Amino acid sequence: MNTNDDKLIIGGHEFQSRFILGSGKYSLNLIEAVVKDAGAEMITLAVRRANTKEHENILDYIPEGVTLIPNTSGARNAEEAVRIARLARELGCGDFIKVEIMRDTKYLLPDNEETIKATKILADEGFIVLPYMYPDLNVARDLVEAGAAAIMPLASPIGSNKGLATKEFIQILIHEIDLPIIVDAGIGAPSQACEAMEMGAAAIMANTALATAGDLPLMASAFKDAIAAGRKAYLSGLGRVLVRGASASDPLTGFLRD
Amino acid sequence: MVKINGEQKAVEGMSIFTYLQSENYNTQRVAVECNGNIVPKSQYETFILKENDSLEVVSFVGGG
Repeated sequence: MNTNDDKLIIGGHEFQSRFILGSGKYSLNLIEAVVKDAGAEMITLAVRRANTKEHENILDYIPEGVTLIPNTSGARNAEEAVRIARLARELGCGDFIKVEIMRDTKYLLPDNEETIKATKILADEGFIVLPYMYPDLNVARDLVEAGAAAIMPLASPIGSNKGLATKEFIQILIHEIDLPIIVDAGIGAPSQACEAMEMGAAAIMANTALATAGDLPLMASAFKDAIAAGRKAYLSGLGRVLVRGASASDPLTGFLRD
Repeated sequence: MVKINGEQKAVEGMSIFTYLQSENYNTQRVAVECNGNIVPKSQYETFILKENDSLEVVSFVGGG
């Protein structure tokens, strides 16, 4: 099978890469190298009060052709998320929005109920909405109904690098939801990204895993390879697992004995 | 006084464009909201700030 034809489609936009980069917590000067070595075509951004003292702007550091996905971080309810999303769109970089609503500051868990509300309002306004959510099938179905373009379940708490703590529940979403399932938050190592892709995730979003790595571009490249490997394994179909016993890989005849 | 990004400033009577320029903002890199409503870039020059207006000037930063 030619994997060149294997495209990720979100809100009518086609992508070859299945690695969505975060841009937080590392130097603007590293963004270009990280994007390049990740082979990334999408990068997330946050919206904050503008600082006149800082003249450098992150948009000047992102290579051309990369799709920007602003998030609504800082929003504590649907109303605040909608407000941030509208401001993000006014910044003039497209209609993508990652809805991220948290009212818990310790574990930074998303508020699924408010996320559904914001998704509905923003989808109706023509945004391509990617809601970040706690993996719950009923909520995912409501998000589909609300007009989401993809679903972004968390693997473990944001920034924790703890990996696929919610594996079983993400697997249910992959099986039951027709939209792309993009595993977001908590993926800390390429092996975890690969595992999620083997399960059938459509893409991986990572930020802290890179920002806290030793060599950021090298780690970006490692993630790229792991995600591509996991995708190929998924497309291939994994080999079966025996419940018990063993199964020889070698012929069971012609032994040099007796 | 006008509240701008949480700070009180004596800029009433000034247009949004003049204010942004005076503070050295890159108008192509910001979005502006006044009293909860987005002000389109095309209105920066004609939009005059009034006493008790509340303005937010935002831009993109790194995020996940």
